[in-house]
Amino acid sequence: METVAAVQLRNITKRFGKVVANNSVSLDINRGEILSLLGENGSGKTTLMNMLAGIYFPDEGEILVNGQPVTIASPKDAFNYGIGMIHQHFKLVDVFTAAENIVLGLEEEGKLNLKAAAAKIDGICEKYGFQIDPNKKIYDMSVSEKQTVEIVKVLYRGADILILDEPTAVLTPQETDRLFDVMRNMKADGKAMIIITHKLHEVMDVSDRVAVLRKGKYIGDVATKDTSPQALTDMMVGHAVTLNINRPEPKDPTPRLEVSGLTVYDAMGVKRLDNVTFTAMGGEILGIAGIAGSGQKELLESVAGLQPISSGTSIRYRPIGHPEDKDGIELVGKTPLQIKQSGVSLAFVPEDRLGMGLVGTMGMTGNMLLRSYRKGHGLFTDRKAPKKLAEEVLTELDVVTPSVNFPVRRLSGGNVQKVLVGREIAQEPSVLMTAYAVRGLDINTSYTIYNLLTEQKLKGVAVVYVGEDLDVLLELCDRILVLCGGQVSGIVDARTTTKEEVGLLMTRFKKEGEPA
Amino acid sequence: MTSAQVIQLLQSAVCFGTVIMFGAIGEILTEKSGNLNLGVPGIMYLGGIAGLAASFFYEFNNPAPNKVVCLLLSFIAAFLASALGGLLYSFLTITLRANQNVTGLTLTIFGGGVANFFGGSLNTMAGGVGQISVAATSSIYRANINNVTDLGVVGKLFLSYGFMVYLAIVVAIVMAWFLNRTRTGLNLRAVGENPATADAAGINVTRYKYLATCIGAGISGMGGLYYTMDYIKGTWANDGTIESLGWLAVALVIFATWRSVNAIWGSYLFGLLFWVYLIIPGLGRKDIELFKMLPYLVTIMVLIAISLRKKRENQPPASLGLPYFREER
Repeated sequence: METVAAVQLRNITKRFGKVVANNSVSLDINRGEILSLLGENGSGKTTLMNMLAGIYFPDEGEILVNGQPVTIASPKDAFNYGIGMIHQHFKLVDVFTAAENIVLGLEEEGKLNLKAAAAKIDGICEKYGFQIDPNKKIYDMSVSEKQTVEIVKVLYRGADILILDEPTAVLTPQETDRLFDVMRNMKADGKAMIIITHKLHEVMDVSDRVAVLRKGKYIGDVATKDTSPQALTDMMVGHAVTLNINRPEPKDPTPRLEVSGLTVYDAMGVKRLDNVTFTAMGGEILGIAGIAGSGQKELLESVAGLQPISSGTSIRYRPIGHPEDKDGIELVGKTPLQIKQSGVSLAFVPEDRLGMGLVGTMGMTGNMLLRSYRKGHGLFTDRKAPKKLAEEVLTELDVVTPSVNFPVRRLSGGNVQKVLVGREIAQEPSVLMTAYAVRGLDINTSYTIYNLLTEQKLKGVAVVYVGEDLDVLLELCDRILVLCGGQVSGIVDARTTTKEEVGLLMTRFKKEGEPA
Repeated sequence: MTSAQVIQLLQSAVCFGTVIMFGAIGEILTEKSGNLNLGVPGIMYLGGIAGLAASFFYEFNNPAPNKVVCLLLSFIAAFLASALGGLLYSFLTITLRANQNVTGLTLTIFGGGVANFFGGSLNTMAGGVGQISVAATSSIYRANINNVTDLGVVGKLFLSYGFMVYLAIVVAIVMAWFLNRTRTGLNLRAVGENPATADAAGINVTRYKYLATCIGAGISGMGGLYYTMDYIKGTWANDGTIESLGWLAVALVIFATWRSVNAIWGSYLFGLLFWVYLIIPGLGRKDIELFKMLPYLVTIMVLIAISLRKKRENQPPASLGLPYFREER
């Protein structure tokens, strides 16, 4: 017997200015099922789901909940129809407790009673296997705790249709497993669930059905058990993409950057990096692996001169084309500008993509200018060169923007990243450091970035690649440095090592401290 | 220094404090919605002149004014005029998303201009010595128990004020209860901290911002009303005092770390610091002006202290001063 789908989308269209984000999308969502929504960046997955959650309003089309046509004009309407969305960027008030966040905006009978709310929250946690303290402030919580609060928040409101927008992007593998367990519990409870993710192995792991969007259009859906990552990739990008990353042999590697004894304390006096020593070779890609927050950010920032470094550290640097300079240049004590001008480039892509490196309200040209404004003629800046560069980046990396003067803040995440990485590569650095360069990017764009990095490597540049996806690290890099709790737990050859070995190194120091 | 001097100082401090307490409590409500309304001085001007004008025209046309009508007319006129100032600010910053700082400063200039124009006109209309006086209304605002029966020092210190002094304290306590203990207060704080989150939680951000800003402005305007009716006894002077008090009210919001209960003792402390030169003998005119800077100095020190302590609860609402537009990406 066929029951009515929990949610039916009929010919939904949404435009932002000239850009069509969703073009006549029709999709069914069933109860007791986990549906993966798959698509490249800018394919309109989040936009589509935001219309279900009442954040955006569709320009055309119809939404049916339990077979009834409904109008979802605000998030409140969405709650009333039992739809709850867990956004990629958490919608939580930092100075509130978990319980305060959860009851926020509710119109319950009687006066505000946080104790009763806490009891109800504990009940939900017990039912599905969550763990949170209702009275803990959000700013004291880890990312995974915050996500739990988000999920409990929609459950507290009695949602039975849950949308999770890239929930695993910020989680460790263990936390991801725990999340998937909870999702399976909720599925068994008869809830309809939609998960937006880029990671194909997670799609295969957790979902029952996969729906694919491409450039705002609905391509089709397929039962997970009947498909494969390769087939899904084909659906997403429209043409076959080789999953193999092109990795040429390193070209006469020469020591480019020698870091020894790097120790860094943060503002709170906590040791973030402990005696880190390594050499980045020109002509190779050095991968840096590690659980989030193991010191990756501090490592890159120290080299770029943005972090105060403890004494005893030495960072020796030999630019391309100066082989006679045996000892190299000491970078410690130099200003970030001096370091940058000597050819060390940092393309750091933070979680919000804009925080470091780009000015959101400026267009591509303006952001290119940030690197070159000192090269102007006397009083006036040279705007022609950055404009030309912006246009080059736009065509080469396929940035989708109305014009090079359009504020980058209003571009989609992937496009913002292309602007950032494209600009750094255009500086022709001797050392190119990238962190999370492909974070949140679709497969096609990721490959564009990989190829750009490999190109740099063949030019003799020492590329440092901080990455999250182990598969990519293993296929892209020549060597992998593994960080664990601010220490180097190993440097391995990417061609011979295994995922298990790297994974073990990532957690090694932790395991020693814990009882078996 | 005699005990009479000390009592006079404390009384002055309380009266002075009440003016800025109203201003600050209204502004706390406004800022909790994420709107940084720097138009507080202008709004206090609007409240002061509206209350004064309303009772003036009533008294002018009625030889035997009814005291209840006097009170209600001036009170309601002051609240509405100030709330209208808040509405203007809300329309510009919330609906049209104009820059909050610029709008607020403009409102201050606008309010001062309007008030001084009409204040001057009223003084001319009053004829005679060119000084209006709403004696009947002012006497209601200034009525106090201490005038009826002599209760000694206790009476002088605690019971010698008009009703608005006590109203200010009540409003401050009710405000604290509203912000921290009610569902609406929780929602409002969420709007000021993170409007996108509040929006996603189904809270009507625009409505909360409008209401908080208009009601906040209305409360701030009460400071102006208290100033004209009680502090300067139902008269008007184009001397710019309300504006300087308005800025002190803004400073007091920071001093009170956005907690209205702190504004109670904070406002009296500001008053004490402002008037402390009264009990210091042998001061010249310019020395007095130096002493009047003390409240600002203390505010700066508080800012430094809370910045150093970095306690999250003492920070301004996170989205203070920022416009909110749901579909902006």
